[in-house]
Amino acid sequence: MSKMIDINNVNKWYGEFQVLTDCTTSVSKGEVVVVCGPSGSGKSTLIKCVNALEPFQKGEIIVDGISVGDPKTDLPKLRSRVGMVFQHFELFPHLSITDNLAIAQMKVLGRGREEAMDKGLKLLDRVGLKAHAAKFPGQLSGGQQQRVAIARALAMDPIAMLFDEPTSALDPEMINEVLDVMTELAQEGMTMMCVTHEMGFARRVAHRVIFMDKGHIVEDCAKDEFFGNIDARSERARQFLSKILQH
Amino acid sequence: MALDFSQILPTLPSLIDGMTLTLKLLVMAVAGGVGLGTLLALARLSSNNMLAFAAKFYVNYFRSIPLLLVISWFYLAVPILLYWITGNLTPVGAFTSCLVAFVMFEAAYFSEIVRAGIQAIPKGQLNAAYALGMTYSQAMRLVILPQAFRKMTPLLLQQSIILFQDTSLVYAVGLMDFLNTARSKGDIVGLPHEFLLFAGAVYFVISFSASQVVKRLQKRLAV
Ligand SMILES: Nc1ncnc2c1ncn2[C@@H]1O[C@H](COP(=O)(O)OP(=O)(O)OP(=O)(O)O)[C@@H](O)[C@H]1O
Ligand SMILES: [Mg+2]
Repeated sequence: MSKMIDINNVNKWYGEFQVLTDCTTSVSKGEVVVVCGPSGSGKSTLIKCVNALEPFQKGEIIVDGISVGDPKTDLPKLRSRVGMVFQHFELFPHLSITDNLAIAQMKVLGRGREEAMDKGLKLLDRVGLKAHAAKFPGQLSGGQQQRVAIARALAMDPIAMLFDEPTSALDPEMINEVLDVMTELAQEGMTMMCVTHEMGFARRVAHRVIFMDKGHIVEDCAKDEFFGNIDARSERARQFLSKILQH
Repeated sequence: MALDFSQILPTLPSLIDGMTLTLKLLVMAVAGGVGLGTLLALARLSSNNMLAFAAKFYVNYFRSIPLLLVISWFYLAVPILLYWITGNLTPVGAFTSCLVAFVMFEAAYFSEIVRAGIQAIPKGQLNAAYALGMTYSQAMRLVILPQAFRKMTPLLLQQSIILFQDTSLVYAVGLMDFLNTARSKGDIVGLPHEFLLFAGAVYFVISFSASQVVKRLQKRLAV
């Protein structure tokens, strides 16, 4: 399988503080990779480096053949091809759901209003929210907002999707409606890099699991290996897993 | 001494002309001031240190000098500046020089409001805009500024009410705004007290009711 995201020896500092140390991994086309690890371990930072929302000082990230760190790279164009879903949804509160779905299609991809609206409505239907098209984000529940956010990213026809804890700001009863959409997406062959602590989702859907601690990638292995052979995992990963699986 | 307000009615057309000039100056100064203020705010928040410093200097400078000085100074300076730029002597009226003075001066105050408004928008919104492939200017125009302006509308209006009162300073360069008209008409008919009392009442009614409207708007936006 060809590599869609290739992360090579990435190092990043905030001033003196090193957030990422020699991170190396990759995501192949159609692969679903779950990233987990304790709070502050650098998961969000790593995933944000992939679409250049955060700069890094050393190493290399290649997305679909394009180097993210290269100053000559057209970052807006690169980002328009990689979808991202955030913990707090980040829908645009001043725009209706339809406009949230259409605005980047029109302004970034140059699609006509009608085409953008059509595409938006189709995706809204797909995440089961067609009836809410005319509403504003503030009128939807958290789970609904997150599904709209996924639809908004998909409207750009992304070559890969990044998720940064998409369910951790949700009430428990809403988590599954979002995970279901993500599962469906994975089954359709979308390339996905998901920071999440939903180990059930990881078990069912992921191909590989990455465990991070203190800015290092400590574990990077196939799902069955990660969950099936817990004794072979590092001390930190075992601690983390036992804590998280208790809940 | 008995007050005689009967002479106000016959001069009403001139007074209305004066108020028209006041409001015209106000609207144009607010539009220009908010526009320039927004650019200054963006400059101040920019990662370019030179630009940020220049904007900061501008804002602090204009906030440290009296408005009356700016008005008088631009009355003298604008024709000269225009001469430098265009190369020919174009007569500029007091209105234009006052407008330039107000825009430049008020931009410093508006920019502080806009800056706070932009900073009040969560960082995640900018990230979301970027993640969709927007450029900095698209993210600002389509996502950040519309939200920021909505939040700061009450403050911008509050500042505009202050500016409404400050427009009366144009008397210094002889512009016939509402106050100056009332004053001169009062002198001509020999009833200066009555005319000034009347002018005061008009300023009070307009400013006070505008403030009430702003307060109500603020409450509505707060929920
Ligand atoms: N802008 C910043 N300036 C300085 N330090 C930062 C900044 N952003 C994050 N950090 C630090 O970098 C480290 C990694 O942060 P990051 O958000 O990537 O962690 P995370 O694994 O996503 O954690 P969480 O599970 O809490 O989301 C943390 O120690 C954090 O305090
Ligand atoms: Mg995080």
